[in-house]
Amino acid sequence: MSIDLSQFKQTFLEESEEGLEVLESGLLALDSGTADDDVIHAVFRAAHSIKGGSGTFGLNEISDFTHIMETLLDEMRDGRREVSQKLINVLLGSVDVLRAMLDAARDESDIDVAQVEKAKAQLAAELNSDNSEAETVATQQEKKVVTEIDNDKIGWKIVFTPFEDMLKTGNDPLRMLTELSYLGKYEVVVDDSKLPEFYALDPECSYLSWSIYLYGEIEKEEIEEIFEWVDGECDLSIQKLSEVLPTDNADLHLKQANIHQQEQAASTTVSKVPEDNPVSITPTKRNKNKGTSDPVIANVQATVDKKTEKVKEQTKPVVNKRKSADSSSSIRVGTDKVDSLINMVGELVITQSMLSQLGEDFDETSLEKLRDGLAQLERNTRELQESVMRIRMLPISFAFQRFPRVVHDLSQKMGKKIELRLSGETTELDKTVLEKINDPLVHLIRNSLDHGIELPAERIRANKPEIGIIHLNAYHMGGNIVIKINDDGAGLNRDKLLQKAISKGLVDANDNLTDEAIYELIFHPGFSTAETLSDVSGRGVGMDVVRRNIRELGGNIDVKTEIGKGTEFTIRLPLTLAILDGQLIRLGKEIFIIPLVSIIESLPINLQYVNSIAGFSEVYQLRDEYIPLIRLSSILNIPSEFTRLDEGLLVVVEADGNKAGLFVDDLLSQQQVVIKSLESNYKRVEGISGATILGDGTVALILDVSGLVDLVRDKKQLSSVVGL
Amino acid sequence: MGKKILAVDDSASMRQMVNFTLRGAGFEVDEANDGNMALAAVQKKQYDLVLSDINMPGMDGIQLVTALRKLPNYKFVPILMLTTESGADKKTQGKAAGATGWIVKPFNPEQLLKTVKRVLG
Repeated sequence: MSIDLSQFKQTFLEESEEGLEVLESGLLALDSGTADDDVIHAVFRAAHSIKGGSGTFGLNEISDFTHIMETLLDEMRDGRREVSQKLINVLLGSVDVLRAMLDAARDESDIDVAQVEKAKAQLAAELNSDNSEAETVATQQEKKVVTEIDNDKIGWKIVFTPFEDMLKTGNDPLRMLTELSYLGKYEVVVDDSKLPEFYALDPECSYLSWSIYLYGEIEKEEIEEIFEWVDGECDLSIQKLSEVLPTDNADLHLKQANIHQQEQAASTTVSKVPEDNPVSITPTKRNKNKGTSDPVIANVQATVDKKTEKVKEQTKPVVNKRKSADSSSSIRVGTDKVDSLINMVGELVITQSMLSQLGEDFDETSLEKLRDGLAQLERNTRELQESVMRIRMLPISFAFQRFPRVVHDLSQKMGKKIELRLSGETTELDKTVLEKINDPLVHLIRNSLDHGIELPAERIRANKPEIGIIHLNAYHMGGNIVIKINDDGAGLNRDKLLQKAISKGLVDANDNLTDEAIYELIFHPGFSTAETLSDVSGRGVGMDVVRRNIRELGGNIDVKTEIGKGTEFTIRLPLTLAILDGQLIRLGKEIFIIPLVSIIESLPINLQYVNSIAGFSEVYQLRDEYIPLIRLSSILNIPSEFTRLDEGLLVVVEADGNKAGLFVDDLLSQQQVVIKSLESNYKRVEGISGATILGDGTVALILDVSGLVDLVRDKKQLSSVVGL
Repeated sequence: MGKKILAVDDSASMRQMVNFTLRGAGFEVDEANDGNMALAAVQKKQYDLVLSDINMPGMDGIQLVTALRKLPNYKFVPILMLTTESGADKKTQGKAAGATGWIVKPFNPEQLLKTVKRVLG
């Protein structure tokens, strides 16, 4: 029988990923001395599970590797091994290697053998720093080799005397006797001398013992294996027949007579030996280990095989680095979420049957009922939608839990003392958003570490605590998720930023920029203030990439800073990428959608507040500030109903801290829309973030507000932008 | 009607693998994530065999065995521990608590079936 295990491999890999997180966070906790027994147990369990699973699913390299880790962790757990910084670092390093191995297993690509061997060597060095363990392993191996099997003897005498309470572990002597019968021809003699009188008999106790004569070329291990589980619960002697004294052997015949006499009396459960079973010793045809009866030779053979295999593996060309398509397409969902979904569907079915019943004999009097039914349907639909969305939601801790490691490694590397505080880890957000926000977050944290927090000496000079704090916080606000990265470092240097921007020609020296505008400069492509580029942050990809990634998710980022006090980045993200609260607007005969989150207000236009600026088209004076006025009809090349500004409406939107006014013909309703990608169905269009299908079946485009604002700010050729 | 087996392991992949293998061989298999869930499950159904991992968060395998052996209905029901070769002392502890035997991890479906059939016949 063979069972395809690959179907469980995916689950195993996902589970291992969680295991890796546990390993990593646990090791970090151990390092900082905040760990208790539970942590070390959890860490051990994680390594243990990965080892067990990988072995089961045929990932032997991983299993071997984890085995060494596990041995170390086991000793740490039992207090046999002191936890040192070096040991933790080696273990953390091996977690990385393990992660790479698991990734390779998922992608079905090749494992970096050199890296694995190196990590193995480091682990082994740690392991051997205390020799006792290694020695016992060695002696065990020796023992194995020494256990010799004499094959020219043809049978065994086994005396099996279960202790009275053996049954209490669920072990039935019958099982062992039955299994012995599979090994070869045998005879059994029961000894019922300990069987008490009936009234004294405890049915939960075992009183019988057996002498078993087993004939054939059978390895002792095979017999021992059968009794493996009852070691310590019985007296067991296994003797070669040739070494059994003739007197001992003779009892067989005596006892056999005995057995016939007492056959009825003895309540033995032993399966009867067939009558025609010869007592004489007959060699059986069993010839199991043909050619490799010498275990030492067999062993050597195996090692050689393994070695050649290894060489083969190493020389194997790297081909087929296939990324399995389903690598991240599965999701683990809590049962409560699935339950609520099932519940919703149940309610939907009830509503449906109610409505269809109503439809069968409908008259005017049922109108009220119909209305109720439709209202119920609407509620069901909304709840169902929410439940389905919740399935895709994961706590942000999935992203957060990687950061302690990043901070640990980097702060050690840079000689900084940093405490990472996490809060709001349970805040849930869409899986896709979560996956895509990880890199930007890592970048921001690296940034805070590298540019934000000062060296301990500097901090002391500045009258600050030696240990810097980076605080990562996530929470829900409105329909958004907000992530804040806060450090108590040096803050952004306004003058330095400005100088740099001027020297790079990004701004003009005469431009009168607000502080906010200057801080915004860090998001400008190609802007980096670190004097020298370190490998920690500022390697070409900068904050502009961070901002772009966040915008692609429909979110935005801004920065607040105070020199000497610290910097705070605030990221706002939509809860999900699939659904959007939208404001429908009309432009001529077309309907567009503006994301509700970016709308600040809508107002009729008062012409006296409209000013024309050369080269910047029009601006509108909104109370005490001027905002660019964007005529959507000219950007989108769509004839509008109104050209006079005071006939239409102005929708004031904000993106990345910049306001703009969109001139539209009319405001229509607000509704939730399902976002369909324009890119995958058509092509990417600047100023448009997607499309949706409205209730009446028509397609409406969703405006990309931050894109539109940028278009205007960048003074681009507006008319050529949209080529729909 | 196949014999009823309860598979207890905190690892979903392990449970799936055990479940799939044994189900394929005609056994009726239920799963439990940990000792506490297992104890709840055995109140509802009489199992013919309990397979349990040792290392589990919450109530571990050894505590589970101890608890099961106190239940009149599970006094003699075979309980197999899923363990690793490195856990020699765990085997002893498990045995002391009343476990019937063990299956050494890693095991393949064939080994699992063989061992289960050994106990259930």
